[in-house]
Amino acid sequence: MSAEVKEKEPLFSPKNLKLIKNPINLSNPITVQVLGICSALAVTAKLMPAIVLSISVLVVMAVSNVVVSLLRNGIPPRIRIIVQLVVIASMVILVDQVLKAFVYDVSKQLSVFVGLIITNCIIMGRLEAFAMSNKPWPAFLDGIGNALGYGIILIIVAFFRELLGSGTVLDMQVIPDVFYEFGYKNNGLMILPPMALITVGVIIWVQRYYTRDLIEKN
Amino acid sequence: MQEIFNIFIKSIFIDNMVFAYFLGMCSYLAVSKTVKTSVGLGLAVIFVLGITVPVDYLLNEFVLEPGALAWVDQSFADVDLSFLSFILFIAIIASMVQLVEMIVEKFSPALYTSLGIFLPLIAVNCAILGGSLFMQERDYQSLAQATSFGLGSGVGWFLAIVGIAAIREKIRYSNVPPALRGLGITFIITGLMGIAFMSFLGIKL
Repeated sequence: MSAEVKEKEPLFSPKNLKLIKNPINLSNPITVQVLGICSALAVTAKLMPAIVLSISVLVVMAVSNVVVSLLRNGIPPRIRIIVQLVVIASMVILVDQVLKAFVYDVSKQLSVFVGLIITNCIIMGRLEAFAMSNKPWPAFLDGIGNALGYGIILIIVAFFRELLGSGTVLDMQVIPDVFYEFGYKNNGLMILPPMALITVGVIIWVQRYYTRDLIEKN
Repeated sequence: MQEIFNIFIKSIFIDNMVFAYFLGMCSYLAVSKTVKTSVGLGLAVIFVLGITVPVDYLLNEFVLEPGALAWVDQSFADVDLSFLSFILFIAIIASMVQLVEMIVEKFSPALYTSLGIFLPLIAVNCAILGGSLFMQERDYQSLAQATSFGLGSGVGWFLAIVGIAAIREKIRYSNVPPALRGLGITFIITGLMGIAFMSFLGIKL
């Protein structure tokens, strides 16, 4: 593995690797940059939709970052927002059609949230802040990194909500029947929307407790 | 008439954009530091939602729905353009926001300066696109219903952002654990507000 990385040094130089690593913790799009909360929380009652949405965002983000980065010298600054929106919207339409064709049930559960990837501020934010001023390859890595950072939070939240709320993981029961016989009950509150916010709040708390630099001054 | 009023109340309290669907969270978290700016942004959102939802309703009814193009010519009766709805809705929203910006600048420069950067940012507020997509999904029957849904969602969003801004102004004086300060506590407060709003679920309309 390391030999392979060495051969492709220019592609995976430390600077480029940082583009992938940083968004996962230090500049995580959800817990630090506060981008893309909108769609992140509503789909996390179960693990499956959360995974599907993370993958969709990963695809849309990587491709639209590259496209905008390729076009960056030809886009007039005054209409850049509309150009970016068109690029994102066309990608989202593609992803939406693919989801409808191959995983129809999950696509029904996600309902409007696939469409809302368009206005997901992570994508617009990264296009504006990174892709517009960088070459395609770093832009691609930046897209992947941020989408991973987003996906990780989504999956953590969904895992805990599904485990505590329905006693299942990916629709397979993990809490043994013995527990239920002794009076263990699923916490119905975890399924309700407000608990997603509180779970993210707790994740932020834990993350900042271990990464002191991120603590905000009052 | 009663139906329209019901939709209005329902979209403010029961299907609140922020607490039930987490839409528009980005600007909700970023702009809720003081009550004054949040009132301005809230009003702008009500205005834009009140315009774009009915416009997108007409677009959906006469262009996008399966068979909607029948009014042009009978041969178009089986055309289904609904896969284009994302891109058309976002185009309508972006141009409406631009239009609103120009109108406000022309007729009320004071409001224009106080809203500042937030006005153009509404174009990428997920609550706006979400409003149009929910309108399409829930299949409202008339223009009046769609309009009252749009206005109601806007009012619900307004209430939410003004509420959290007021709480955040007060919480500055309390002693929050360092790691939870700022973003973390805001998330948890929003969650608690959401639980409070859930008590409206019992209302039967």
